[in-house]
Amino acid sequence: MSHNGSKPTEKPKFAMYWASSCGGCEIAVLNIGPKILDVDAAFDVVFWPVAMDAKYKDVEAMDDGSILLTLFNGGIRNDENERLANLLRRKSQILVAFGSCAIEGCIPGLANFSSQDQIFDAVYASVSTDNAGGIRPKTHTTVPEGILHIPEFYPVLKTLDQVVDVDYYMPGCPPESHQIATVIDLVLAVLEGKAELPPKGAVIGAGDSTCCDECPRQRNVKKITKFVRIHEMDAIDPDLCLLEQGILCNGMATRSGCGALCPQHNAPCIGCYGPAEGVVDYGARIMSALASVIDSRDPDEIERILDGIPDPAGSFYRFNLAHSLLRTGKVG
Amino acid sequence: MNPSQDEKERIGVYVCHCGSNIAGVVDVEDVAVWAGDKLADEGVVVSRDYKFMCSSLGQEMIEQDIAEQGLTRVVVAACSPHLHEKTFRGACARAGLNPYLSELVSIREQVSWVHTDKQKATAKAKAMIAGGVERVIEQEALEPLKVPIHPATLVVGGGIAGIQAALEIAESGSLVYLVEREPSIGGHMAQFDKTFPTLDCAACILTPKMVDAGSHPNIELYTWSEVERVDGSVGNFTVTIKKKPRYVNEELCTGCGICVEKCTRNVIDGEFEAGLGYRKAIYTPFPQAVPKYPVLDTENCTYFEKGKCKACQLLCPTGAIDFEQTEQYITVTVGNIILATGFDLFDARRVPQYGYGRLKNVFTSLEFERLSNAAGPTNGEIVLRDGVTKPESVGIIHCVGSRDRNYNNYCSVICCMQSLKFAHLVKERTGATVYNFYIDMRTAYKDYDEFYQHVMEEGTIFVRGRVAEVTDAARRSGEEDKLIIQVEDTLAGRQRRIPVDMVVLSAGLEPRRDAKQVAHTFGISCSANGWFIEKHPKLDPIATMTEGVYIAGCVQGPKDIPSSVAQGAAAAARVISRINKGEIELEPIRATVDAHKCSGCRICNDLCPFNAIVWHEDEMVTEINHALCQGCGTCVAACPAGAISGTGFSNEQVMSQIEGLLMFEQPVDLLAMAV
Ligand SMILES: Cc1cc2nc3c(=O)[nH]c(=O)nc-3n(C[C@H](O)[C@H](O)[C@H](O)COP(=O)(O)OP(=O)(O)OC[C@H]3O[C@@H](n4cnc5c(N)ncnc54)[C@H](O)[C@@H]3O)c2cc1C
Ligand code: SF4
Ligand code: SF4
Ligand code: SF4
Ligand code: SF4
Repeated sequence: MSHNGSKPTEKPKFAMYWASSCGGCEIAVLNIGPKILDVDAAFDVVFWPVAMDAKYKDVEAMDDGSILLTLFNGGIRNDENERLANLLRRKSQILVAFGSCAIEGCIPGLANFSSQDQIFDAVYASVSTDNAGGIRPKTHTTVPEGILHIPEFYPVLKTLDQVVDVDYYMPGCPPESHQIATVIDLVLAVLEGKAELPPKGAVIGAGDSTCCDECPRQRNVKKITKFVRIHEMDAIDPDLCLLEQGILCNGMATRSGCGALCPQHNAPCIGCYGPAEGVVDYGARIMSALASVIDSRDPDEIERILDGIPDPAGSFYRFNLAHSLLRTGKVG
Repeated sequence: MNPSQDEKERIGVYVCHCGSNIAGVVDVEDVAVWAGDKLADEGVVVSRDYKFMCSSLGQEMIEQDIAEQGLTRVVVAACSPHLHEKTFRGACARAGLNPYLSELVSIREQVSWVHTDKQKATAKAKAMIAGGVERVIEQEALEPLKVPIHPATLVVGGGIAGIQAALEIAESGSLVYLVEREPSIGGHMAQFDKTFPTLDCAACILTPKMVDAGSHPNIELYTWSEVERVDGSVGNFTVTIKKKPRYVNEELCTGCGICVEKCTRNVIDGEFEAGLGYRKAIYTPFPQAVPKYPVLDTENCTYFEKGKCKACQLLCPTGAIDFEQTEQYITVTVGNIILATGFDLFDARRVPQYGYGRLKNVFTSLEFERLSNAAGPTNGEIVLRDGVTKPESVGIIHCVGSRDRNYNNYCSVICCMQSLKFAHLVKERTGATVYNFYIDMRTAYKDYDEFYQHVMEEGTIFVRGRVAEVTDAARRSGEEDKLIIQVEDTLAGRQRRIPVDMVVLSAGLEPRRDAKQVAHTFGISCSANGWFIEKHPKLDPIATMTEGVYIAGCVQGPKDIPSSVAQGAAAAARVISRINKGEIELEPIRATVDAHKCSGCRICNDLCPFNAIVWHEDEMVTEINHALCQGCGTCVAACPAGAISGTGFSNEQVMSQIEGLLMFEQPVDLLAMAV
């Protein structure tokens, strides 16, 4: 990667942006500890709303391609998100979809199961909302001082690569700090000419197997006879695969990289590292895997076993609905 | 993204009329013109329709285009891959194109045969061809897998079908291991007296074959044995045979029978004599048993019960009785396997209204076979349960447990003829009045209907109707001490009560109770009711979807002796031709695990119907044995890590086919048609 337009003495430029996200990814980056000082030493941080003051117009004024590395987290929920995605794409040499929201929609993407009206009803007109005037957001509002603009809320949440070209994907909700540190080390090594960048489109900061690969639990040939939720269990065997104990663990379908954090703490993997390499639809994958090992041939019993799955849509598409083949909860 | 013109594949599309099979419902000319035009961008350079693509002229057309137009991919839209994939691959191969660079799109089975609206069917055929074109672009050149064939064969089940198969192969000069679960070979046929329609004596025609099988230098007989385990695949199966202890040393035993004679324990013979006769605790099931060595039944042996007796051991002149014998495991290598494990009789107790087990003089068909057998418990006298009284009237009920939604929906094929045989035997031996109660008379096949006419002429009374009940509750005079058969005579159009002395239930044929387990051991499949599934119901009834495993006789479905023998011989012929060829070519469609991606979650481990999946505990990864894998795709779909890919069914191939299907806006809603 050549840094066209930057003078040799200048440090390469770094940006980070949050679109529709919770802010966890930003915390994860700050959480890399002393390594953050290496970032500061090696890069000139030009744009990072959570950490420093900056204006969109400052970014607009930069030369195209003048930012070496942009970590973009959050999905594309409104036209402001989309505008920033396009802007940062133009200004950056390397654009990384950072974290589950940018890659696959994550929790905000679950709103794709509902229509825009349903979402607004839930937010502005449910019992928990004190909104006597029944006010709904509008893109233009005239006030004495002039016209106010707020971003237009899209019918569905899109992922970053559904609106712009993405160079790399860094999964996790949020990406684990040790993985962020590894990626930063890699970038630094590339800058020093000691390493090569992975091929475009690669997933970085993660493994190439699934969570089970990093999970220390004992596992046997799978035969599922029931699904239970953790609070329904008297005790969880600390050494046996959770799925074999009836707990819906998504580890088998979720990309490795986190170190099997959740299963190691008696909690099932819920899939935040996204699908494994080459998997087109995470939810479909996990459903066909589970369906293959339900241990019964009796349709009624199979029905009973499946009824034990808590919130199937949420369990199988929790992180990836927006990027799945379904994309939304509705066809047409 | 369309690749530039010169790196694009050169694709030929051929749309078959299949006479009027396809052309009657799909506008094939329109489809061919459309594909040449609309799919040109995808690389289609030739698009033709033809009356019969599978004819030699149709195939030559493909060959010529490959040669003259430099085709690099071929798409044929015709019948199903099952039928003609090989044909068109052959055409490609003859013209020098790797045969796996072709694709057969099924517009007959999946379009013309299932739709009636011509416009919609034509639109669907177009979409499917577009899918086929997109898919064929992603196809890879493959080489068939060549596997050497071990010349020995395993035959499981020593009924008439298995015996026939074993003899044919042995005669051709190759070694056969014949494994039979019971103490003797012979199967059901050994229990019969006469066989329809010719009334040959069953023993007279069966025992010579049994003796041949027992003494043939190329047949190694394992009776009182079962197959415990099968590893490997076509050409090279490793089979573990469990030989149950007979407690008789076969090398020393001369078959003199002194042990049997001297044994002090009489046991009701629930197997061979169907509960009507006795045997000893040490026994051979019948005099002509092959092999001749007796078997000791430990459950009824006084020595095993009480710790003393050993009369047999004391009196055996050659010291062959060995109470210390244990199970033996023998491992053999074979190239092919024939399964001929036969059928079980439907348990007539399951039809309580017919009273079997409750009403003394209700008999099953197998009991009747033993009653009428000259070597049976009554020396062939047809008598009531008391052992002396000759019946003056007998009712024979057809279709017990067959053609009945409550039990088995299918026809058991042999029961009509067998019931006619019984009617004849009763007439001949007792002169009794005989009633046959039937639903429909099924006497197809050579000489069968003549036999029926003969039995009618003998005076058997035929009542058409399903029997409602057999009861001993007399309501009218003349019914006292009789079994009364309550039936709606559908020809006479009235209810009838017919009192008889004896009732024979022609129970149907059912799959062996352990059929599913046996199928699993050999990696084949059963239909929902348990018969082993053949590769093709018409064109390949003796092969299975598992290469190297064949089926013959009643395992495949109910049938008579001539058909069982024919299947045994047919399966043998297939095996002999394999052995002669020395090797076979297998489809290179296989699943492969990327060990790097496999997380060892073990979801797939128990799914393979062909037992091809191997788990390596030490490395915590799964591997697929390519010799066993048949490319069915089950594990590919199941692997949550996407670590398993199937040749010919890669993500790219499947996704591009779907993209092709959806590529064109269709004038009709194809999704709606799918419902
Ligand atoms: C009452 C009755 C009368 C009949 N009369 C006639 C007739 O007159 N004419 C006619 O053409 N047909 C008749 N049939 C049909 C005839 O019985 C069958 O067509 C024939 O027996 C089928 O032969 P088979 O070898 O397929 O099966 P079987 O005769 O059932 O033989 C199968 C053999 O496999 C063995 N076996 C089973 N499982 C295993 C295992 N797991 N491992 C090892 N060995 C195993 C069994 O012990 C048996 O020896 C009659 C059937 C019945 C029920
Ligand atoms: S507990 Fe979850 S992550 Fe661990 S082996 Fe089982 S399925 Fe895999
Ligand atoms: S175990 Fe699963 S849910 Fe938990 S952090 Fe890892 S990938 Fe995310
Ligand atoms: S594709 Fe998988 S399940 Fe099917 S035969 Fe091969 S290994 Fe077995
Ligand atoms: S299902 Fe896939 S990841 Fe799991 S053990 Fe099998 S090959 Fe490995």
